[in-house]
Amino acid sequence: MARLTVNGVVREVDAEPDTPLLWVIREQIGLTGTKYGCGIAQCGACTVHVDGAAVRACSLPLSAIETGQKIVTIEGLAPGMDHPVQQAWAELDVPQCGFCQPGMIMASAALLAQTPRPSEEQIRAEITNICRCGTYNRVLAGIKLAAERGQSG
Amino acid sequence: MRIDRKAPSRAPRPSRRALLAGAGIFSLGFHIPFLARAATRDGAPAAPEVNAWVVVKPDETVVIRVARSEMGQGTLTGLAQLVAEELDCDWARVTTEYPSPGQNLARKRVWGDYSTGGSRGIRDSHEYVRKGGAAARAMLVAAAAKGWGVPAAECRTERGTITHAASGRSTTYGAVAGEAATIEPPKDVALKDPRDWTIAGKPLKRLDTLPKLDGSQVYGIDLKLPGLLNAAIRDCPVTGGGVKSFEAAAVTGMPGVKRVVQVGDSAVAVVADTFWRAKTALDALPIVWDEGPNAKVSSESIAAVLREGLDAEQAFVGNRAGDVAGALKGAAKVVEAVYGVPFQNHATMEPMNATALWTPERCEVWTPTQNGEAALAATADAAGLPATSCEVYKIHLGGGFGRRGATHDWVRQAVLIAREMPGTPVKLIWTREEDMTHGRYHPVTQCRMRAALDTEGNLTGLHMRISGQSILASVAPQRMVEGRDPVTFQGLNPGGPEAAIGYTIPNILVDHAMRNPHILPGFWRGVNLNPNAIYLECFMDELAHATGQDPLAFRLKLMGNHPKHRAVLEAVAERIGWDRKPPEGVFRGICQTMGFGSYVAGAAEVSVSDAGELKIHRIVAATDPGHAVNPQQIDAQVAGSFVYGLSAALYGACTVKDGRIEQTNFDSYPVMRMDAMPAVETILMPSGGFWGGVGEPTIAVAAPAVLNAVFAATGKRVRHLPLKDTDLRRA
Repeated sequence: MARLTVNGVVREVDAEPDTPLLWVIREQIGLTGTKYGCGIAQCGACTVHVDGAAVRACSLPLSAIETGQKIVTIEGLAPGMDHPVQQAWAELDVPQCGFCQPGMIMASAALLAQTPRPSEEQIRAEITNICRCGTYNRVLAGIKLAAERGQSG
Repeated sequence: MRIDRKAPSRAPRPSRRALLAGAGIFSLGFHIPFLARAATRDGAPAAPEVNAWVVVKPDETVVIRVARSEMGQGTLTGLAQLVAEELDCDWARVTTEYPSPGQNLARKRVWGDYSTGGSRGIRDSHEYVRKGGAAARAMLVAAAAKGWGVPAAECRTERGTITHAASGRSTTYGAVAGEAATIEPPKDVALKDPRDWTIAGKPLKRLDTLPKLDGSQVYGIDLKLPGLLNAAIRDCPVTGGGVKSFEAAAVTGMPGVKRVVQVGDSAVAVVADTFWRAKTALDALPIVWDEGPNAKVSSESIAAVLREGLDAEQAFVGNRAGDVAGALKGAAKVVEAVYGVPFQNHATMEPMNATALWTPERCEVWTPTQNGEAALAATADAAGLPATSCEVYKIHLGGGFGRRGATHDWVRQAVLIAREMPGTPVKLIWTREEDMTHGRYHPVTQCRMRAALDTEGNLTGLHMRISGQSILASVAPQRMVEGRDPVTFQGLNPGGPEAAIGYTIPNILVDHAMRNPHILPGFWRGVNLNPNAIYLECFMDELAHATGQDPLAFRLKLMGNHPKHRAVLEAVAERIGWDRKPPEGVFRGICQTMGFGSYVAGAAEVSVSDAGELKIHRIVAATDPGHAVNPQQIDAQVAGSFVYGLSAALYGACTVKDGRIEQTNFDSYPVMRMDAMPAVETILMPSGGFWGGVGEPTIAVAAPAVLNAVFAATGKRVRHLPLKDTDLRRA
């Protein structure tokens, strides 16, 4: 049994130590907002926060999580969906199919936490998640909008 | 599982009968997908449907039923807008619901075609869904008028209320919906003039955004059912091969493993309590393949077969006028070039998956599909049961792009696995590697272009010889016409409302030497319009340069009889500033085509560094789809089209070695990311009078606009994609 703190709740999980955090979150804990897209840390659909940093959970084994580390998934990002990134996404109708968006939102939220006013170059360099529907320009606009809101609010 | 009351994001649960037939572990009450005039499980009467398309609840919520699948393209919202427009309901109270394919079957296809491909979601169903909304409105009004004893014609509707001015009375749709359901539907209804639209035609927000922002949207891969097991599968890496043997005993003791089963002739699956354990065991499972007759095929051997087709005598004709051979013989100048495109994978973000529950009496499947009815047919076939004993629940799609429509190979696999475990629901998920290597690929073709030019540089003759794969021959042979695949000629047809060439060339021949390799083709977003636009529009650019003419002016000379093609081309030229010099170091390309009933054009501004690095600065895209149902969604589709089209043009290629696809994941099949994404300016110019699609046509102009700009920048003509294989450094 391993103990994980996910979205503020301590969970006991029964999984082999080499099980990727993604599948622990999806299958043991039952939070399916975090997506499987590639399994090799290429696409970012599985992005979660570990102690505030964006990580690709598909390539992080359960054994690599240290006791007390705080894991946040899309379900736990903000109560009532009131994170500035989620708000900007709603305002700009960013998602198309939406499958990559939990990862996009988590990556964007982590970027803004670290760099509240990122330049366009920084956004383009830091947000490397794959979207096949092609929402990139709205993602870019959404991050800029969330950054503005974060400053004024 | 979180139960979300918005139907498409909610996963219907299995029927009571199917679950009771299982292992007896199910003791919950079950949601039964809606039935007309049914009671809910808590005994309260369900809101009756006014007609097949519309349910109005007592709280004034309007449920609009949508038969086509939402996969990101916005069709769910657009179709709801069309129904709501004619219904005159309050848009703020609209929700949507998918009627299941089984219900469509039971009700004699009252919802029509479920197929969601070919950019047909709206353009093929706008009339009957609008009539559905208008008929429901008429029935609601008739119910109110009957209650008041006044003529229905004297009543007016607005935002879900009905008023009779003369008597000063008013009521709401919710109040009369029950009565309306008993009224004889009108035989015919008049539709609004699109100029009077207040809901349709407006840039409304999508109805399905919010659940996509907090992880609550349920995709097929997320489905949960009581007692659910998970399966991972490996199909023979070489299409046409099969399973020789496998050692189940090697993995049956691994954690969580329940069963190891052969699936059909060519695949093996491991069923376990979790997907990760199923995949882990599958990775450890020794399998010996019989790779079959295609084990030696390579990209090179396929290319050689296609090259032979470029000169073959026999070819199917798609467009012929005048005498091309004569024109080439008498030409002052002949220009010739050979182009080619590779296989492409759809690479939907959500890999293929399906959940199946089989008993000897009934089979139910939950899956993301672009065609619920085709999924139902695949289910019945694999289940060995009549379709009336099967049901498919459409779960939200994490991308479709054509992969989830024409063939349902993954559904067949899931049902075959479930048949081995009667009464237990099993979810099959493909790994990205399985998905990447067992696609239904964008067909591989080559094209020889030959042009005859006179002394003035006028194009007097054009022969396009396409050699390569037919999609229909593999996917839908019943749609072939006397051996010919009409889809092959998308955008090159002599006329018609679907995909006509935009130039008048006195002598023209477009023909197809069909060469079908063993790699299975499919409809890949944009289909044959993509390569055809590359071939024609890059070659037009070549001809302009070969005769010292401006690429825009050269085209316009041939477009006098094609005003709609011409209008979109001129629109992008004007917006990008074609008549003015671009900024220092920036170069432009331009192109146009027609497909899926719409006219589209693109212009690109690019620069290429001394090191040969391409940067796309700006894209301008114009589209005339006739009518525009939701301009902001069209803008999203147009911008997204450049991601899909340029991913293929710049980076994408699925190559073949030893009979199998070599690329296995996004590391070997790179796609566009935000760092390479250009700004996209959309010009939406609906001219009315026809209904075209928007999900696909713009993809076709992405590559030629950029490739023509690359030529302007470097003098290098990229004729074989992807572009990454060409060294763009100036010679």
